Amino acid sequence: MDVFNAIVQVLDSTIRLSVPLLLACLAGLYSERAGIFDIGLEGKMLVGAFAGAAAASVFHSALIGLGMAILISVAFAMVHGFASITHRGNQIVSGVAINFVAAGSTIILGQAWFQQGGRTPALQPGERFEAIVWPGAEAVRDVPILGPIYAELISGHSILVYFAFAMVPFTWWVLFRTRFGLRMRAVGENPAAVDTAGISVAWLRYRALICTGILTGVAGAYLSMVQNGGFVKDMTAGKGYIALAALIFAKWKPVNAMFACLLFGFLDAAAIRLQGSPLPLIGKVPVQFMQALPYVLTVILLAGFIGKAIPPRAGGVPYVKER
Amino acid sequence: MAQAAIELIGINKSFGAVRANRDINLEVARGTIHGIVGENGAGKSTLMSILYGFYQADSGEIRVGGKPVSINSSNDAIALGIGMVHQHFMLVDNFTVLENVILGAENDALLKSSIAKARSELERLEREYGLEVDPDAIIEELPVGLQQRVEILKALYRGAEILILDEPTGVLTPAEADHLFRILKQLKEQGKTVVLITHKLREIMAITDTVSVMRQGTMVATRVTKETTVGELAELMVGRRVLLRVEKGQSEAGAIKLSVRNLTVKDSRGVTMVDDVSFDVRGGEIVGIAGVAGNGQSELLEAISGIRHAVSGEVMLEGKPVDLTGKADPGELRDRGLAHVPEDRHHVGLVLAFEENENSILGYHDDERYLKGPFLKVDVIMADARDKIEKYDIRPGNPRLKTANFSGGNQQKIVLAREMEQDPGVLIVGQPTRGVDVGAIEFIHKRLIAMRDQGKAVLVVSVELDEIRSLSDRILVMFAGRIVGERGPDATEGELGLLMAGVEHQEAAE
Repeated sequence: MDVFNAIVQVLDSTIRLSVPLLLACLAGLYSERAGIFDIGLEGKMLVGAFAGAAAASVFHSALIGLGMAILISVAFAMVHGFASITHRGNQIVSGVAINFVAAGSTIILGQAWFQQGGRTPALQPGERFEAIVWPGAEAVRDVPILGPIYAELISGHSILVYFAFAMVPFTWWVLFRTRFGLRMRAVGENPAAVDTAGISVAWLRYRALICTGILTGVAGAYLSMVQNGGFVKDMTAGKGYIALAALIFAKWKPVNAMFACLLFGFLDAAAIRLQGSPLPLIGKVPVQFMQALPYVLTVILLAGFIGKAIPPRAGGVPYVKER
Repeated sequence: MAQAAIELIGINKSFGAVRANRDINLEVARGTIHGIVGENGAGKSTLMSILYGFYQADSGEIRVGGKPVSINSSNDAIALGIGMVHQHFMLVDNFTVLENVILGAENDALLKSSIAKARSELERLEREYGLEVDPDAIIEELPVGLQQRVEILKALYRGAEILILDEPTGVLTPAEADHLFRILKQLKEQGKTVVLITHKLREIMAITDTVSVMRQGTMVATRVTKETTVGELAELMVGRRVLLRVEKGQSEAGAIKLSVRNLTVKDSRGVTMVDDVSFDVRGGEIVGIAGVAGNGQSELLEAISGIRHAVSGEVMLEGKPVDLTGKADPGELRDRGLAHVPEDRHHVGLVLAFEENENSILGYHDDERYLKGPFLKVDVIMADARDKIEKYDIRPGNPRLKTANFSGGNQQKIVLAREMEQDPGVLIVGQPTRGVDVGAIEFIHKRLIAMRDQGKAVLVVSVELDEIRSLSDRILVMFAGRIVGERGPDATEGELGLLMAGVEHQEAAE
C-alpha cells in the first residue's frame, strides 16, 4: 500500500508540475502553427508570473492577478508580433530579446515596488487560487485504489489545472474544426495561399499570438499564484524552453503535447521524489544527478525517439509578397 | 463581337525604376480563350497580378463585364468572379483537397457545413467539367497535374467566371498538358472566359481564340489566333526574326569520346531507374535522349557525371573509366574534360544567393587561373565573368548582381558559359532550355551546335521533343529506364512519340 500511495503522490505532483509546461506548450503551438517561432515563451511566462503576483498582492484579488498576468503577457506577445510580423524581423532575435527584457524588468520593478530583493510579497489566502475539493473527495479517500485516485489525482487542484487540461481538447477543436484553425494552420504552411485567398496574413498571425499571450499569461499566473505563494526571480527556470522541446516532441499536435508535458512533468516529479532515497542496486544517487535527469532524458528523447518532426513549413519566415 | 469580359485601359505599373507595364490596353471577349505571350520579364504576370488585386496599378482603368471596377485585393477580384491559377501553386501541401478548396471561402466560423457544401460542389464540378480529384487526398501526395486541377477547382468553387492561368504547363508532362487543354475547352463551352499566360507558342496556337503579345512592358499586338503564325508571334515577342529551328550542317563524327556500357542505376528505394543502357557519343556529334520525364534520364545523367552511384556497368571518358560508386570527385571529372550542365540549375547548377561572377567559376574555383595560394584572384574572376557576359549576352550585364535576380534564361546562360568556356571534350546537358524564353533558346541551341562543330561530344537530355529533333544528330529514346530505340534527326514526331510511350517496346517484348 505504501508503494501505491507513493505512486499516487508522484502522479499527483506530475500533474502539478506538468501544468505550466502544458500551458506554455499549447501557447507555443498556436504561434508556431501560424508560422511564428516563439522562443520568448519563457519571458512571457515570467512577466505573467510577476504581473499576476504583483497585482494579486496589491489588489488582494486572485482574479485581478490572473487578468493582469494575461494582459501583460499578451502585450509582450504583441511586441513580438510587431517586430516579427509587421516589421518582418528575425523571430529568434525578437524572442530572445523578450526573454532578456522579461528577466531584467521583473527584478527591477519588483525591487522598486516591493523592496524584497525582487520578490513580490507572499500572497495571502484569497490572493491565490485555492484547491477545489470535489464533492465526496474526503468521503471516498479511504476506499482502496479508487479512493486516493479520486481524492488526490482528480480532486484537489486549482481551477488553473483544470483549465490547462481543458485547453487540450479545446485547442484540438479550434485547430481542426473551426475556420480560424484552418486558416491558422494554412498560414503556418503557406502564407501565400492564404494571401491569395483574400485573407490577411498579418491579422491572422497577430490573432494566433494573442492566443499565445493568453496561455503564457495563465502559465505564469499558475507559477506565482498556485505553485508558489508569490513571485521569485527567474522562477520559470527554463520551463519555456522545455515547453518548446515538448512541442517538437509532440509534432505540433495538442493531444501529443499533453502527453509530452506529462512525461516531462513525471520525470521532474520522480526526480524530486527519489532525491536522497537509495535506489535498488545503484545505491544512493547524488541529488544533482536526479535533478539533471529530466534534461538528460529530454536530450535523449529528442535526439532519438521521436522520428522525424516536420515543423510548419513557413515557420520562422516573415511573409513578404512575392514580386 | 461578343461582349467583353475584361477590359484594361491604359494600365501603368512601375516597381521603382522598372516600368513593368506601360499603357496597356487589353480586351478579352466573354466565352473565349485569350492567350498572352511574351518573354520572361515582359510584364505578363504583373498585368495579371493587377487584375487579380495582388498589386494596384499606378494608373489606368479596369472594367469587368463593362463596368468600371477597382480591385484592391484578391477578395475584390474573387467577388468580381475572377479566379487565378498561379504558376507556383497557392496550395497548402499538407491539407486535403477539400480544406484547400474551402480556405478563405468558408461559410461560417465552424468548418462542418463548409466541408459538406464543398464536397457536394466538387461532385457537381466533376460532373460538369470532368475535373476528377479525390476530395480527401492530401495535396503533396497528388501528382502535379492534379494539384493544378485543385487550383482550378478552387477558382470555380468561388464562382469564377474569368479564369487566369499563369504558365500552367511549365510543370506538366505533355499528357497532363493535353488534359488541361481539354478542361479549358470545356470551360469555354460552358461560357467561362479563360486568359492563358505562357511563353510557349505551340500552346497558343493549339488552344486560344485570340492572342496578345507583350514585349518589355508594352502590349505590342493582338491577333486572332487563326490568322497568325508561330513565326509572326515569335518575331513580335522578341522584336526581331527568330529561328525556330536552328540551321546546322552535317555532323562529322570522329572518335568515341564517351562510352556507356550496360549501365544500371537504382534509386534510393531500390527501384531500377536505368536498366542496362549502352551507347556511345562521338566527337563532333550531338546525341539527344528523348523521353517523358521520369523515365530514367535524370538518373542516367547523374550517374555519368559521377554524382549518383551506379549498380553495374561501365562509363569510359576519353577511353578511361569513370568511377561509378557515386564517390567520384566531380572536380576530377571536370579536369578530365567532362562538363555537366545539370537539369536543375536552381539546386545543382547555381548557388542563387551568390553573385554572378562567383557562379561563373563555381566548380572551377580551384583552378590555378583563379587562385593565388589560398586566395581568389578577384580581378581575374571579374574580368573572366565580364568576358562571359559579353560572349553569352547575359543580361543584365552586371557580374556583381545576385544570381537569383537574373531571369531563368540568363541563369541558364551563366551555367552554360561556365561549362562551355572550360573547353571540355565532352559536354552533357540536361534540359538545356527549361524555363527559357524563345530568344534565349535560339542562342543556346546555336551555342550547342557550335560546340559540336568544334569536334566536342555533346549529350543532350530533354523532354522537349522539338528541341531534341532540332539539335540531335542521333536520337535515343528512353522508356522505363531502357533505351528503346535509336532514330535519325529526320524521325517524325509521331514515331518518336510512340517510342516514348513505350508502344513499340511493349510489342517487341510480346
